[in-house]
Amino acid sequence: MTALARTQVADNAHIKLHDITMAYGDVVIQRDLTFDINHEDIFIIMGGSGCGKSTLLKLLIGLKKPSSGNIEIDDVNFWQSSLEQQGKTKQGFGVLFQSGALWSSLTLAENVALPLEEYTKLSRKQIEEVIDYKLSLVGLAGYQNFYPSEISGGMQKRAGLARAMALDPEILFFDEPSAGLDPLSSRRLDDLILELRESLKTTIVVVTHELESIFSIGNNSVFLDAETRTMIATGNPNKLRTDCPVAKVREFLNRGKK
Amino acid sequence: MSSNEYYSLAVSHDEVDALTLTLVGDWRLQSDLPAAIVIQRYLEEHSNTQEIVFNSIDITQWDTGLCTFLLNIIELGNSHNTQINLSGLPEGVRRLIGLASAVPQFKQTHNSKKQQGYIEQLGQFVIDGTKGASEALHFIGEISIAMTRLLRGKAQYKPNDLLLIIQDVGPRALPIVTLISFLVGLILAYMGAVQLQQFGAQIFIADLVSIGMVREMGALMTGIIMAGRTGAAFAAQLGTMQVNEEIDALKTFGVAPIEYLVLPRMLALILMVPLLTLYGSIVGMFAGMLIAVFAFDVGSFEYYTQTLRALDMQQVFVGMTKATVYGVIIAFAGCWRGMQCGRSASAVGEATTSAVVTSIVLIVVAASMLTIIFQVLGI
Ligand SMILES: Nc1ncnc2c1ncn2[C@@H]1O[C@H](COP(=O)(O)OP(=O)(O)OP(=O)(O)O)[C@@H](O)[C@H]1O
Ligand SMILES: [Mg+2]
Repeated sequence: MTALARTQVADNAHIKLHDITMAYGDVVIQRDLTFDINHEDIFIIMGGSGCGKSTLLKLLIGLKKPSSGNIEIDDVNFWQSSLEQQGKTKQGFGVLFQSGALWSSLTLAENVALPLEEYTKLSRKQIEEVIDYKLSLVGLAGYQNFYPSEISGGMQKRAGLARAMALDPEILFFDEPSAGLDPLSSRRLDDLILELRESLKTTIVVVTHELESIFSIGNNSVFLDAETRTMIATGNPNKLRTDCPVAKVREFLNRGKK
Repeated sequence: MSSNEYYSLAVSHDEVDALTLTLVGDWRLQSDLPAAIVIQRYLEEHSNTQEIVFNSIDITQWDTGLCTFLLNIIELGNSHNTQINLSGLPEGVRRLIGLASAVPQFKQTHNSKKQQGYIEQLGQFVIDGTKGASEALHFIGEISIAMTRLLRGKAQYKPNDLLLIIQDVGPRALPIVTLISFLVGLILAYMGAVQLQQFGAQIFIADLVSIGMVREMGALMTGIIMAGRTGAAFAAQLGTMQVNEEIDALKTFGVAPIEYLVLPRMLALILMVPLLTLYGSIVGMFAGMLIAVFAFDVGSFEYYTQTLRALDMQQVFVGMTKATVYGVIIAFAGCWRGMQCGRSASAVGEATTSAVVTSIVLIVVAASMLTIIFQVLGI
């Protein structure tokens, strides 16, 4: 989809969730989730550990089917569209999993190259250039020939990021991108995320606990609650911090201070 | 990304030895974007070029395609001692390039496998072989120590684990052992019967099948089934634990992985392989009886008494000894390959394959050696 077509979407919602319930078997994790993720949002999913953030992410990227409710991506109902359409929609996604999920038998370069080889007609040399560029964006220039088992946990995370960005996707999903990173790398990552939104008009969905990043990059968010098993707040995190009617959310965003 | 989107690159040169690159149109990643080589040729022809500047006001769209092109130009500039002036580029591009060059390239080369000559390969093969053999000996030593600790009641393992593993390797293997032993019994009976019938000695099918199954085939077939079924499973379980650093986690708590993981598996197989062999031999003899009775007119009671006459405790002892040895071999190969596993998904695959290959090779070698030993001893 071109940038022109993007602006033609009437109400600017990129992903719409309507009355979503998600469950593993009979165990409901979250219910009544209704919110929009707009074009060029940096959308933060927050909530306590185990409340279902990663599960929600799996739902958004089409790995898991909601037990009820609708997900619309660019105004197309994802689970009611054809398999072919679903595949096309998924090609516009880039995903960083919580555990990195690099392919362990491939080098970092091969990890980034795989989607490029599958979905583009680029020449070998161009692919190599793209790999070098993406790895240097996450500060891993020179690690092309390393296997995932030969680099540190934080580096694996960053390599996963490079892979997620390989195809310049329309929507990027990051599950705790800054976990395991030092403050400087973490800061560079925030800059990168802002830059991707700014220059490539990417919509970015981030699961994170880092308050500092939440406030510096997030312009929209949803707060999932583990006890009531539903969302208890949505909106700009900087506003929620002071103006949210729910005390729990304010407390979370102020690090426990009431 | 349609390929008919328009883009262009114009090169112009002014008096002050500055090269201006004018970028126009859609510079998103696609296969036929201009390559930096064009600029390289130009720079080589005009070696007095001092600076490269950009004019990008007519760029409509861009993404990674433009960034990789520019990174190439920057590299060219560095190697030709030419200044690169990025100020004429969109701001987003400049910031992305800034991010990409924020962390210097990691220089140390990766010690990936070099191309080796034949002699070097042969040498490597011998070195790897001796290393493998000494590692195997080391592992055997560790297991022996664990066993003695077990006998002294000091080994650290969960009896519950042992029971679960026993259930998995024993009762759950019954259907396949039944099937294979039955078929082997049939084959033995048929092969012998056709010959024996020529002498009217069909009754000796009983001797052939019972001694064949109990002494040799029962243990061998069970061993091979268990190598494929259980040895592979052990290697995959331990290999995956190795990949997830679960084994390191055990070690940090002072738990010896050999006692906690390998010992119960070893015990389970030492117990269950002989039992399964005994069971398989009985099934095989039953299959032999069916053939003798229904295809070769032997009375079923006759067959039964003939079987009892042919068998004695010595035969059973030989069979059980072999079965125990095979059990040890399978547990050893499975656990050893699993514990040695590398840290990737394909390493788990390799560990599993080599566990099965190692145990089957060792089983066949042990089978022939034991047969010779028992022959020499006259058992
Ligand atoms: N495959 C699964 N089968 C059953 N239940 C699961 C599964 N995966 C997760 N759960 C349950 O779903 C709930 C939410 O898990 P999820 O991984 O989404 O949490 P999270 O919000 O991402 O937590 P964290 O911040 O710790 O990563 C948890 O209570 C967990 O027990
Ligand atoms: Mg999670």
